Amino acid sequence: MQFNEPAGQNLFDNATIVGRPTHRTDGPLKVTGTAPYAYERHDVVEGQLYGYPVAAGISHGRITSMDAEAARNAPGVHAVVTTLDIEPLGIWDYNVARLFGGDEIQHYHQAIAVVVADSFEEARAAASLIEVEYAPGDPADYDLDAAFERFEGTGEPSTMVGNVEGALENAAAVVDEMYHTPSESHQMMEPFASIVDWSDGEDMTVWTSNQMIEWNRQALATNFGIDPDRIRVESPYIGGGFGGKLWLRCDAVLAAIGSREVGRPVRLAMPRPMMMNNATHRSATVQRIRLAAGEDGKLTGIWHDAASHSLPGGRGENATAQTPYFYGAESLRVQHHIVEMPLPEASDMRAPGEASGLMALEVAMDELAEALDMDPVQLRIVNDTQVNPSNPDQAFSERHFVECLERGAEAFGWADRNTTPGGMREGQWLIGHGMAGAYRGAPTLPSGATVRLSGGRLIVETDMTDIGTGSYTIIGQTAAECLGLPLDAVEVRLGNSAYPVSSGSGGQFGAASSTAGVYAACVGLRQQIAGQLGVEDPEFREGRVVSGDTDVALADLEGELEATDTMQWGDFKQDYVLATFGAHFVEVGVHVGTGEIRVRRMVAAADAGRILNPITARSQVIGGMTMAVGAALSEEMALDTGRGMFANHDLAGYEVAVHADIPEQEVIFLDTLDGISTPLKAKGVGELGICGVAAAVANAVYNATGVRVREYPVTLDKLLGGLPEV
Amino acid sequence: MRAFSYEKVADPAAAAARAAEVEGAKFLAGGTNLLDLMKLEIETPVHLIDVNGLGLDEVTETEDGGLRIGTLVTNTALSADERVRRDYPVLTRAIAAGASGQLRNKATTGGNLLQRTRCPYFYDTAMPCNKREPGSGCGALTEGAFSRQLGVIGTSDNCIATHPSDMAVAMRVLDATVETVTPNGMTRRIPLEEFHLLPGDTPQEENALMPGELITHVTLPAPVGGTQKYHKARDRASYAFALVSVALIRQPDGSGRVALGGVAPKPWRSDEADAELPNGARAVMAHLLEGARPTEENAFKITLAERALAAMLAEE
Repeated sequence: MQFNEPAGQNLFDNATIVGRPTHRTDGPLKVTGTAPYAYERHDVVEGQLYGYPVAAGISHGRITSMDAEAARNAPGVHAVVTTLDIEPLGIWDYNVARLFGGDEIQHYHQAIAVVVADSFEEARAAASLIEVEYAPGDPADYDLDAAFERFEGTGEPSTMVGNVEGALENAAAVVDEMYHTPSESHQMMEPFASIVDWSDGEDMTVWTSNQMIEWNRQALATNFGIDPDRIRVESPYIGGGFGGKLWLRCDAVLAAIGSREVGRPVRLAMPRPMMMNNATHRSATVQRIRLAAGEDGKLTGIWHDAASHSLPGGRGENATAQTPYFYGAESLRVQHHIVEMPLPEASDMRAPGEASGLMALEVAMDELAEALDMDPVQLRIVNDTQVNPSNPDQAFSERHFVECLERGAEAFGWADRNTTPGGMREGQWLIGHGMAGAYRGAPTLPSGATVRLSGGRLIVETDMTDIGTGSYTIIGQTAAECLGLPLDAVEVRLGNSAYPVSSGSGGQFGAASSTAGVYAACVGLRQQIAGQLGVEDPEFREGRVVSGDTDVALADLEGELEATDTMQWGDFKQDYVLATFGAHFVEVGVHVGTGEIRVRRMVAAADAGRILNPITARSQVIGGMTMAVGAALSEEMALDTGRGMFANHDLAGYEVAVHADIPEQEVIFLDTLDGISTPLKAKGVGELGICGVAAAVANAVYNATGVRVREYPVTLDKLLGGLPEV
Repeated sequence: MRAFSYEKVADPAAAAARAAEVEGAKFLAGGTNLLDLMKLEIETPVHLIDVNGLGLDEVTETEDGGLRIGTLVTNTALSADERVRRDYPVLTRAIAAGASGQLRNKATTGGNLLQRTRCPYFYDTAMPCNKREPGSGCGALTEGAFSRQLGVIGTSDNCIATHPSDMAVAMRVLDATVETVTPNGMTRRIPLEEFHLLPGDTPQEENALMPGELITHVTLPAPVGGTQKYHKARDRASYAFALVSVALIRQPDGSGRVALGGVAPKPWRSDEADAELPNGARAVMAHLLEGARPTEENAFKITLAERALAAMLAEE
């Protein structure tokens, strides 16, 4: 099916199942520990052995020798394959770091060997016996600030509208500041893990934990130079991904190599201490933001320069992603510089670009509001735009940013906020209030599905994944709605390369795209049913097909009916900017003595099209808000600049928010409709939830203390010098 | 994790004797730190002596009105003990500020004192560390290294690691004594002040125990009263090691005691600093942190310690 024009009135406008708050259908499996996660799939193939990886101990250079003799002779060991034993593997299109093979080290903890043994413990013990000699590369420069200074003013801006220099010269108020965000690690609960059966060196079966089944298959094919059709991938349950599991990682590669070597299936999970330096991460950013505004607060210019790091050929973290679109400035200048550094691969993490960019831009807006002596909410309202500021001929498909600001402010009680920085105190706690706007693009990708109806029960199959987001549930709701069946008459099967290729999960495109693909397949099935009954445009309701005198239970239809289709997206969407919007409001307490920061309450208002399931959508948004509290206050991959490695590489050293950090969270959905987005008029919401939140926290800290921190995370050491005497 | 042999022992003296006899042996109690370190090959004992069957899991009253805490009393049990809560509240507060409920359920009193540093360079076997591999250098003291969490005082050019315990800081301010049994069956009493060693040139030597010697108890002197507080300053609200922690006992006349965690290789306290308590936080820290040698990244701990104490003193 081709989506060639905006969705008009359709069955989802009278929906009873789509849009209904529904607990996730896979919930019981998860809380009873019976959802089959990759590493625990003992039953899928017999004869599994255990693999354990060895990681490089330098950031870049070459391996001059490896001695694996002791490991090969260790108890229980079946095989050891070192990176020197095989040719460098191929690198797939979207990746830049090599996953295995050859003597070159591109980053710390790159995989350099795999041990296969009877037990996990034997494999791990043997892995530690491998001796490695290195020839380290020349010392590298990891100074992103210095690189920013070198790059600033060079190259071509990606967006250039009007005369931003003139705007800055003639402005009533100007902000010109530097902002820093650190590198961040996904650190999802379930590590990378795979079981691979490549026993015969021919057909490969992979049970893994990956957001993108088809990408995973293609990447494996590229790595090993084999036909993708020889590879089967299953990933039905995923314990978090956040963009880290968009990619094939060394777990599946090493398991495949081990399996081929020993002729048996091999399972391998990435040890937690490797998760930070072996896998991808969100690059640190350095950003300079210049804002110019008139006395009325109207932005006359936005100039946003940013830099991030990457291995050669990579994308880094484009912190300017939102800037061409978010605020209606008369002039705009935007540029992102990628600085090459031999660090682990920088790549996508939840809301890549916008998450980091809004951490800076929304603080700059707070500073502008202060310079203008204006309510930060009002400043954003006056700068709303219904057209793309970089291209005024292009409208937003739907944009209800102002409504987010107003509803959020109302729910939070913004009018009663503290308006004097450092001016509100309860006992030993300084109280502050802050807010920020949120913007995140709403892309869609082609997405396919098969639906099969038999005996009144519907089976949906698509290679779409559920990374904890609720895909099983919303896909089931969509199919049930389309066929007029109760939700429990629908079985959803996901994450298998035997099923039609879907959008997969990422870029907050998964929910909108995959439900549209299921809709396309269901439309085909409805047509088949109508054809079988010889009726036109029947109604599907309460498990029955009704048209004129025809009234047949779906359970009574003969045989099994099946339809497969893929939703393709027409060019008309390119006439619009599709995006989601939000507003975040935060109250913090800052301890007057120690500068410890504790978030006290949070309110979010979100505009993301039709909300398919308010329960799972809310979980996505509060999950994003929680992750952003970590980004605001504690998460930082600590770069050892002498060694080119992230030193705090475990969950004790890399502090994500814990339960005690997260207070009351309120989420308001505007429940708008965006017929230009999909037939369901839906957009993603999972990445919107992290956008802008960290800036709202930072702005609240400023409001509490009068200390403006422009370098994340906002930790107590950055406040101590500016706090009042105890 | 290396292969190891395992045995359970019947009484404390036998445990100590066995540990002295088998080279590379270690005691296993709660295992919350040791097993993690074994998995990472930071600890590589060849033999584990499981002491969990020894009893030693009761808190009893001493003749002089104090408490004698069995080494196997869990952190959870100790912090919840009614007598501790009533007479030594700083200890309850410190323990409750540490780790997580799950870990405190397993972690023991003796084991808590013996836990190893959380320095990231100690934890990465590809990195130099004089504590893990004597003579290999200190990874945290090289140009560009990450040292925000590490020590500012009592450290040396060979090691700037801190002792991570909260419990020990409170026990230090309470003047606790460690009671042991030696391999030849003798009982020894070591004031907590002397129990942990400063790194000097031998950061691998962390405490005063002789090979095989087993902690059996920790004793607390009779209650000293006063207002007792523990403030653990950290970036997140729970489940994080202290940037700085302050244990405070303050008497109605303004005198009292102060010990710090998160700043040194051992709980940090001095009589001179205690004597300055009536003169306020600045006076205390001028003595307590005199001669501190922070890195650029952790110099804030000096200010933080003083401000934390000032806030605790101002609170009443």
